[in-house]
Formats: sequence, C-alpha cells, structure tokens
Amino acid sequence: MLEITDLTHSYGDHTVLEKTSLTVPDGELVSIVGPSGCGKSTLLRCVAGLISPVGGRVVLDGTPIDGVPDGLAVVFQDYSRSLLPWLTVRDNVALPLRRRGGSKAERRAAAEEALSSVGLHGAGRRYPWQLSGGMQQRVAIARALAYRPSLLLMDEPFGSVDAQTREDLEDLVLKVHRDEGMTILLVTHDIDESVYVGDRVVVLGRDPGGIRAELEVKLPSPRDQISTRADPDFVRLRTEVSRLVRGAGALEVPSEAAAEPQKESEPREEDTEET
Amino acid sequence: MRFTRPALGAVGAVGAFGLAELVTRTGLVDNEYVPPASTVLWRAVRMCGDTEFLTQVGGTVRVWLTGLALATAAAVALGLVLSAAPWLNRAARLVVELLRPIPSIALIPLAVLTFSTAAKSETSLVFYAATWPILINTLYALRDVDPVAKDTLRAFGFGTVPILLRVSLPSAAPFVLTGVRIAASVGLVVVVSTELVAGTGEGIGGFLMQSQSGGGQPDYMLAGAVWAGVLGLLATGVFAAVERRAFRWHGAGTEAEA
Repeated sequence: MLEITDLTHSYGDHTVLEKTSLTVPDGELVSIVGPSGCGKSTLLRCVAGLISPVGGRVVLDGTPIDGVPDGLAVVFQDYSRSLLPWLTVRDNVALPLRRRGGSKAERRAAAEEALSSVGLHGAGRRYPWQLSGGMQQRVAIARALAYRPSLLLMDEPFGSVDAQTREDLEDLVLKVHRDEGMTILLVTHDIDESVYVGDRVVVLGRDPGGIRAELEVKLPSPRDQISTRADPDFVRLRTEVSRLVRGAGALEVPSEAAAEPQKESEPREEDTEET
Repeated sequence: MRFTRPALGAVGAVGAFGLAELVTRTGLVDNEYVPPASTVLWRAVRMCGDTEFLTQVGGTVRVWLTGLALATAAAVALGLVLSAAPWLNRAARLVVELLRPIPSIALIPLAVLTFSTAAKSETSLVFYAATWPILINTLYALRDVDPVAKDTLRAFGFGTVPILLRVSLPSAAPFVLTGVRIAASVGLVVVVSTELVAGTGEGIGGFLMQSQSGGGQPDYMLAGAVWAGVLGLLATGVFAAVERRAFRWHGAGTEAEA
C-alpha cells in the first residue's frame, strides 16, 4: 500500500505540487496524466525518494519514505540515457541485482529470463546502442522486472518510441502487471494511454499542481488495442479525461482548475529539469 | 573513407619529405648544417641498430611513461575528490588555474635541486606537466555525467560511491583518455627539453646535446629529433586505437540497427 499525504513540492518560488494526497492499494496500476508542468514527474520522483518534498509525506507499506525505498524500480522515458552504453544488454539488466546478492551466474540467468519475458531472447550479448529505441525501452523494462520490485514507477516510458512500438509496449506492461502483480505508477501525457493501461486514472492539474480527479477504469481484461479502444466505455472515459486535462471542466472538477485558462507556452521549471 | 585516410596520410608524408629533400638538395639551405632529408632518414634507420642510442631512447621512454602513469593516477583521483565536493572544487579552481600555465621548463632548476637523480627530477616534471590536461578533462567529464543514468542506479538503491564507480567513472573514461593523450604529447616535449637543459647527457635530449657538440653531426641530431617525433606518433596511435576499441560505445548514441 502506497499512501501519499499532503505532498507539496516547489522549485524556487514555483509550486509544482500542492497538498496532493493519493492512496494506491497493492497490485493496482495507476495512470497519472496531466498537462506538462503539472508535477507528474515530480510526484514520481518524490515517491522514488530521488527528491525530498518540501512538505507532506509518502508512506510505503507502513514505512515513511526517506531516501530511496527498497523493492523499487523506475523506468525513465529516456532509455538511451538510462541504460549504460558500455555494458551489454544482459549486464545492464543484471546490474541492479547486485543489490540483491547472489552469484554472477544467478544474476545472469535472472537477466536472461527477464529479457526473454519482454521478447528479447538472445539479445543479451549486444549493446544497447545496437538496438532500436523500442528494444532499448524493453531492456529498461526487463531491468526493472529482473529486480522483482513491489513498486514499479514509469515516467512517460513510451514518450520516445513510435506509435506501433508504443502499443506493443503498453501491452507488455499490462502483461507484466497481470503476471507479476506488482503496484505500478505510470506517468503519461497521452490520454488514451492512461485509460488503456490503467486500473485507475489520476488526473493532475497545474497552477497549483494537484489532483483534479480520479477515475476508475472498469474495462474488461485482458485489454486489446483494437477492441478495447472501440469499447464505448473506453471512448466515454477518454473523453472525460481529455476534458479534465484540458481543464474545460467536467462537473466534478474543482472550480479553480476549470476557471483558469491553461498557459500552454509558458516554460516550466519542471520541463527544463527533465530535459 | 577507410582507405583514403591512411593513403592521404602517406601522400602528405611523402610530399613533406620530397619538399625537404628539394630544399636541401637545391642549396637553399646550407648542407653542412641541414643535411638532405634522405640522409637524415637513412641515419635514423641505421640508428635502430645502435645499442647506445636505443638505451638512451629507453631512458626517455621510461621517464616519460612513468611520469604519465603517475599523473594519470593522481589527476583522476584528484578529479574524483574535487567533483565529489563542490566547495573543494571551487576552492581549488584558482590554484589550478594559477599552477597550470607555469611552464615545466621553469621548474627544472627546482626539480634538479629537489631530486637526487636526473631520472627522478625529469619524471617529476613530466608528472607536473601531464597532470593538468588530465585533471581538467576529468573534471569536465565528471560534471557532464548524465543525471538520468545516475538517478536510475540511485532508484535501484545504489549509494554514492557505487554510482561513482559504476556510472561516473566509466562515462568519464573516454574524456580522461583524451586528456592522457594530450598529456602524452606534452610529457614527451618536457622529457626531451629537460634532458637538453639539465645536461646530464641522458635520453634523447642528451643524445641531441652530444651530437651538436664539437662541430656537430647534424644528421645524427636531426635523426634523433625524428625518433622523438616517431615516439609521439606511436603514442598518439596507441591511444587512438585504445579509444576506438574500448570506447566503441562512446558517441554511438542511439544509432539504431536496421
């Protein structure tokens, strides 16, 4: 169980998250969606213990997060920067397992197994830069899986791959979630994606950053790229999320989010930090 | 490209040689002091069999490589410490910028006074001169280590030192090696100059001194200089080969395979 209470964070004068609270039960896949600059990545980084929030707290399985918690894995958008180019694919996947102990042979076997589970059987001896973008992101996912995390954080994981690969990777995450049952927080700016992969969609707004709405996604599982996206429930949900993200205001949106027109072009500190 | 580059290099070398030969043969310069390029080259080739000369080259190479190795170890260690402690880095900056431009040659008297043997004082000067390029490259490389790579390992629970060893150091390595390559050229200049100035008669510099004394043997002198050049060329070649093989990943970027 992940409990986020009154989480507040700011960069300088700019408050990106204000008193944000969210509870995620074990095994749930939560999509976090919102416009750029709404603090979605900041939220994820606070949960990962990579930054200490200005206020509020994050409690994972009863333990307050102070520094990086155990059993956590993160998949970043920028796979090419997240994978280490001087290590082979297999060694990249095996590296975090050093934290778990075990012999070199065991770590390598676990890495090969994780690679097979993401459809990269036999790619272990190659180098990340010899693979396509989609394959590199699979490696990053395999690295997270091999670690057997109880909490998997994904920060816009499919933001840098082409549309077809993106769909494949969405299905891969759904399969992983079905098989392993870990809790997953997936940050995205793609509204369709948030509904397609999520058990629940959390919509974040900005100025100030915080949760605007939470929507249960009750679409049949396993989901299918063609039939699920044609499902009337899917269409209704994605329209609702879309309205919420644009701040055009469904009825349950707090008035401040609906009233404030979005300033699209204004650069955000969070954006600059991410690049 | 693979064939044209060495070929062009050969064309350049032959061209330069031909030009030098032309200048010396036509009497543009006095042959007594500047013998024809072919004579110098032939002398240089024959010196391969001269054990005394080879011993002197060996002495130069030993001093050069020892100084370079010590400088590499010290500069990388210092670079790691300085980049781990930003306040220390800022405090050291001015000192580094002050010491760096001091020509090693200016320190020869000090080195000769301080160290008991010529080899030691020469090594210390190579060390001094070679440290700066390596240190500066190490500092810049460590500053530019990708934060995403570091965050990834942090999220997997790795601490500061493991991240330093597993991410920062390997990612800085190609730049450090470039620093070592620059330092190698600087170091060679320093050894030979010190040998010349200190006048102990050792090394390539010592050989050059001997060959110009008593009327002079210009072909020996120039052949010695040619060998110094060859040493520099060899060093650059070796470093470039290491860079190509060990750091194939460097600059490979996101090059996707079809």
